[in-house]
Amino acid sequence: MNILVTEHIHKSFGDFKALDDVSITIPENTIFGLLGPNGAGKTTLIRIITQILMADQGKVMFHGRPLELEDVHRIGYLPEERGLYKKMKVGEQLLYLAQLKGMSKAEASKKIKAWMEKFDIISWWGKNVEDLSKGMAQKVQFIATVLHEPSLIILDEPFSGFDPVNANLIRDEILEMKKKGITIIFSTHRMESVEELCDHIALINKSKKILEGPKKDIKETYKSNTFNVLHHGKVNGLPADFDTLSTEEVEGAIHSTIQIKSALGPNDLLKALISQVEVHEFVEKIPSMNEIFIQKVQEGGHE
Amino acid sequence: MNKISLIIAREYITRVRKKSFLVMTFVGPLLFALLIIVPTWLATRDGDEKVIEVVDESGLFKTVLIDTDEIKYSFVNEDPDALKQSLEGSEYYGFLYIPNIDIDNPQGIQFYSTSKPSLSVIGDLEWGIRQKIENIKLEKSGLDKQVLDNLKANVDIATISITDQGEQESSSIAATGIGYISSLLIYFFIFFFGAQIMRGIIEEKTSRIIEVIISSVKPFQLMMGKIIGVGAVGLTQFLLWTLLTFTITTVLSSVFGFEPQAANSMVNAQPGMAEVQAAAADQNEFAKIMGAIGSINIPQVLFFFLIYFLGGYLLYGSLFAAVGSAVDSEVDSQQFMLPVTLPLILSIVSLGAVLNEPDGSLAFWMSMIPLTSPVVMMMRIPFGVPIWQLLLSVTLLAGGFMFTVWLAARIYRVGILMHGTKVNYKVLAKWFMMKN
Repeated sequence: MNILVTEHIHKSFGDFKALDDVSITIPENTIFGLLGPNGAGKTTLIRIITQILMADQGKVMFHGRPLELEDVHRIGYLPEERGLYKKMKVGEQLLYLAQLKGMSKAEASKKIKAWMEKFDIISWWGKNVEDLSKGMAQKVQFIATVLHEPSLIILDEPFSGFDPVNANLIRDEILEMKKKGITIIFSTHRMESVEELCDHIALINKSKKILEGPKKDIKETYKSNTFNVLHHGKVNGLPADFDTLSTEEVEGAIHSTIQIKSALGPNDLLKALISQVEVHEFVEKIPSMNEIFIQKVQEGGHE
Repeated sequence: MNKISLIIAREYITRVRKKSFLVMTFVGPLLFALLIIVPTWLATRDGDEKVIEVVDESGLFKTVLIDTDEIKYSFVNEDPDALKQSLEGSEYYGFLYIPNIDIDNPQGIQFYSTSKPSLSVIGDLEWGIRQKIENIKLEKSGLDKQVLDNLKANVDIATISITDQGEQESSSIAATGIGYISSLLIYFFIFFFGAQIMRGIIEEKTSRIIEVIISSVKPFQLMMGKIIGVGAVGLTQFLLWTLLTFTITTVLSSVFGFEPQAANSMVNAQPGMAEVQAAAADQNEFAKIMGAIGSINIPQVLFFFLIYFLGGYLLYGSLFAAVGSAVDSEVDSQQFMLPVTLPLILSIVSLGAVLNEPDGSLAFWMSMIPLTSPVVMMMRIPFGVPIWQLLLSVTLLAGGFMFTVWLAARIYRVGILMHGTKVNYKVLAKWFMMKN
């Protein structure tokens, strides 16, 4: 079951085409990484999903039917440009934001207290937002995003500006929410968090979607049949099927990176090596998301 | 709309709770009260007593230079030169030297003082002396006093306006006062609370709360919620001001023991007239003004005041909202503020001309154009405006604010999401044309 599907979304601002025929499919209960360089169109796509903007063409399906105005109550959105009313008290502010999401005052009040206790910030209820530190405000913003128990949470660059302690806290919360069955869209250009958290990804570059799918499959596709080998003794020539990309000697051991050029498998490479050297480590080199990202974006640049 | 009411409530409550609201609520009426009381007090207080020495060599003026509360005359028979010498350091305000003058050519009257004498003192002196000389001349020409007194006429034109309700006695003074006060109030209200709308929107932009909010509500709801919420704050403040001004004025008046209406007698404070006119005439005048205020259709004035108050506020409020959404800080707003406030300032500046001719074509057109009608029409209404003009003007105003709200909403929805863009009119036009 897919929680959200965008179909052929087009959006222009004057002459500038922000989104060009973007279709993505977000399966339920996944952490979906929406990736792309700055200015690629990620935020525009998110703003269309949150109904801040309207698509020029194309449609958005939510839970299998067209997205409606009332669906904002089932979506939690933490924008990249996020803030709070400075002159309002923390408790009141959360109450207000929750009520705007359609919660009743009593229900909101109960949930806010539970969250504040969980984050150990219940004593801030009566504090003015302007007296909070940045990290404190971030916790409040996160609570505001998830308070109304949305089925879809959209986090735009959630870790930017977070200190490591808070980032960890949010990371744990994201994983916990996934366990509860919530779907999370995670927009970022920081690959380390994608590597760690995301199940699915879509890559947007220059207004177009250039890659989409489960993270595992994508990595599989982008494998180059390359292996990292740690061995003792020198390799004195390998069959033409194998291409040694690099060798480097570190503390008596040698690191070699070898690519299989033909249809041969890793066992064939291993056999060829064992006859010559003592193998200590043999690992397939899986491309990192960062490498795939850079490769795809650069490909796009050469078009 | 439940969400709009949430927004209105937030705008209202956070503003009313602010210290500045409380301060304004109490300082405002104090200022108003002072504005009413100080001129009254100045007009009615006993001025410093001035004693003027008079050397009257002609002997004609002893009967006309009569002591008043402010000026006492002391007739002396001394050498003017000696008096001149001794004036410095003496307690006398000055001395008046009247030589033995020729009635047909009264020359050589001089007034000496250590400081520059006030215009009203000189006026009083000149008036008294002129009166006497004129009387002497008239008597010389053979007219007797009886005939002279009969010649004097006290003319006071009663202004009657013919309206649907029949003839009504009106007073230009009362109408002018009411017109000015209501025009200025509307002007002030639009400026003060329009700026608050703008500041509120800029705050939402700079604090980056805006995107969080509009992922829950439509930009239009947020804009209207703010405009209505701030307007409600304004109405509350206005109501409190009216109540408090009334209370403070009443209390202060009773404490200082004078009536604010005494200010009305200033209107005919021609030098010297006051003492000639009988006190009863003064009373009469005042009663007439009060009667005239009664003759102005107060419920009508109040009704249209509210209409123009709210219509003007909505019209300009949405323009202020559009400006707020377009800029990143209040400093940047200056370039857009001028065209927005220009019609307002223009309407205040033209009030004098409107007053001269409340039914003239300038007054008519300015009270039809929605940008100027809230201020200008309020100036005209106390003088009586045909009902078709009122209806037309209000209809145009309603159309006007619907247009500005629509215009503002189109700029607002784009502007609030823009940060750090250099905004000029071309950019605004582009935003306006943008599809949603």
